[in-house]
Amino acid sequence: MLPKQDEQINIFLALYRKMLMARKFEEKVAQLYIQGYISGFCHLYIGQEAVVVGISSNITPQDSVITSYRDHAHMLILGVEPKFVMAELCGKITGCSRGKGGSMHMYSKEHNFYGGNGIVGAQVPIGAGLAFAHKYKKDSGVSIVYFGDGAANQGQVYESFNMTMLWNLPVVYVLENNRYAMGTAVDRSSGNNLKNRGDSFGIPTILVDGMDLFDVMEKSKEAIDYVRANKGPIIMHVDTYRYKGHSMSDPGTYRTREEIDNIKKTRDPIIQCKQRLIEEYNINQQELENISNEISELIEDIAKFAIESPFPDGKCLTEDIIL
Amino acid sequence: MKKVPVRIALRDAMAEEMRNDPNVFLMGEEVARYDGAYKVSQGLLAEFGEERVIDTPISECGFAGIGVGAAFSGLRPIVEFMTFNFAMQAIDHIINSAAKILYMSGGQINCPIVFRGPNSAPGKVAAQHSQCFASWYAHCPGLKVVSPYTSFEAKALLKSAIQDDNPVVFLEHEVLYGKQFDIPDEEISPIPLDKAIIMREGEDITIVAFSISVDYALEAAEILQEKYGISAEVINLISLRPIDQETIIKSVKKTGRIINVEEGWLSCGIGAEIVSIIIEKAFDYLDAPPIRISAADVPMPYAQNLEQLALPNAMKVVEQAKMIISK
Repeated sequence: MLPKQDEQINIFLALYRKMLMARKFEEKVAQLYIQGYISGFCHLYIGQEAVVVGISSNITPQDSVITSYRDHAHMLILGVEPKFVMAELCGKITGCSRGKGGSMHMYSKEHNFYGGNGIVGAQVPIGAGLAFAHKYKKDSGVSIVYFGDGAANQGQVYESFNMTMLWNLPVVYVLENNRYAMGTAVDRSSGNNLKNRGDSFGIPTILVDGMDLFDVMEKSKEAIDYVRANKGPIIMHVDTYRYKGHSMSDPGTYRTREEIDNIKKTRDPIIQCKQRLIEEYNINQQELENISNEISELIEDIAKFAIESPFPDGKCLTEDIIL
Repeated sequence: MKKVPVRIALRDAMAEEMRNDPNVFLMGEEVARYDGAYKVSQGLLAEFGEERVIDTPISECGFAGIGVGAAFSGLRPIVEFMTFNFAMQAIDHIINSAAKILYMSGGQINCPIVFRGPNSAPGKVAAQHSQCFASWYAHCPGLKVVSPYTSFEAKALLKSAIQDDNPVVFLEHEVLYGKQFDIPDEEISPIPLDKAIIMREGEDITIVAFSISVDYALEAAEILQEKYGISAEVINLISLRPIDQETIIKSVKKTGRIINVEEGWLSCGIGAEIVSIIIEKAFDYLDAPPIRISAADVPMPYAQNLEQLALPNAMKVVEQAKMIISK
């Protein structure tokens, strides 16, 4: 086997591991939610793992990332220790926001991750501002701005499209079309095709299969290279799917069980990746099983850490408000 | 000392801070080639160029958000709103994005940004362009809110605001832009953002005001002294969040009477806060009920006579002062 191919296999395995980590982490979150350790609004990323994992494989440390409230997987994939994310979800002092942010307000300045934003669409101009800063500082970084099909109908998204195009800012807009804005299907919320939304601003759009890790990797490389070459903003329209409810309190009345099962069966990003690793790269099943078991064990430790950590001291209430 | 209008003082503060720190930049509608809708940024484009003095499209929500994002990554944006009336389009970013970030992130991310522009009623522009937003912003933790009166305050406070590591809402007043005040010849250093200034000492009554209402208060104090022998102490609040409680309480302990003057509406206004502070912390020193003078409880009318009825002025302050002195 050529060394180059070896290297590539290692990369694929690492990404497979990350997807599995995101999946199992979120499954644990759901469990802890039901058990009462986690509460409030809690939005899971299950089904969409290939998107953040594929894109993150192409970003460099100087790039910045921002997303919506569906942010747990972003934290993990960017390299934040999962136990600090879980602790935050449990509202503990060991959490990444010292227990003050919760599910929707997670950040890692160290990894240039700026949230975590609870206001649908508000992360888009902020992400444009991160891009503004990259250009201002001439640090060659790009800003990766994730938003959903729901946010795609917020006016400030288009204000951002306009200004980033006008000022030639380095932004990759990642429109994660998971087909439902809460319970409203995209064909019931969007007057035109979301794939065309960049057209009137002259921003090119790349179409991506968000359930296929390899497609996300390839297309995001293209998008990031384009932006880093100072060609201005670009949109990745990512066709993806969320398996779980919008949040943990979702009645699920707006779609059928069959629809979800069908996608799980035919397009699941982890199953697809697994098959490809086995069939095209000769990875043996056992190795993948081992990875899975290893992650399951890790997740137990992570949950234990979160559950056993203390809540914030009362004095924390009035800290971190004004510098 | 030299006479300088508030407009120039603000401009000079921005220019000096932009010279001091390459991370400071100005963005907003008409701030560059037009030299500012009210000429506050006159000459800045020529000195600092288009990378640092940036004309935006008419997209308040969008460019406020862009400013916030830039501040998250360490730049120090000055975001000018043509008026704070338009900032309502952007208030989500001022409160939800800028003011709350330090807390939500457990102290990880701060937002060193200044949101500035004219606030309140510039005269004859009717309801949608004539609102005071002081109490709106003063309500929100995570913000510092200041409103200068003189040219010296404008310059020193704006320098402080730009240097501050927190989001600062900086409320100016269009009518004051052209008003000339004495300003020291030597270099002006930043001053604390949270300290009120006693503009005139007095014994009989405390008049609290900010921004242009300080004008009304000072004029009223003059009339009260000359015509009625009433000695009024005038406090220029400067900071609306936090409010300098100590200065107000100390004054009321001396005078026993207090009037607040503001161009905002009465309900839940700055005056409501001032009165609450006094009731809670200096109740025993009061010789008469506190008085709040504010805008009439209506959207601003256009007709000049109605507008005058709607806004506070010196004579309204004099009347109220006479009334509570007699109690």
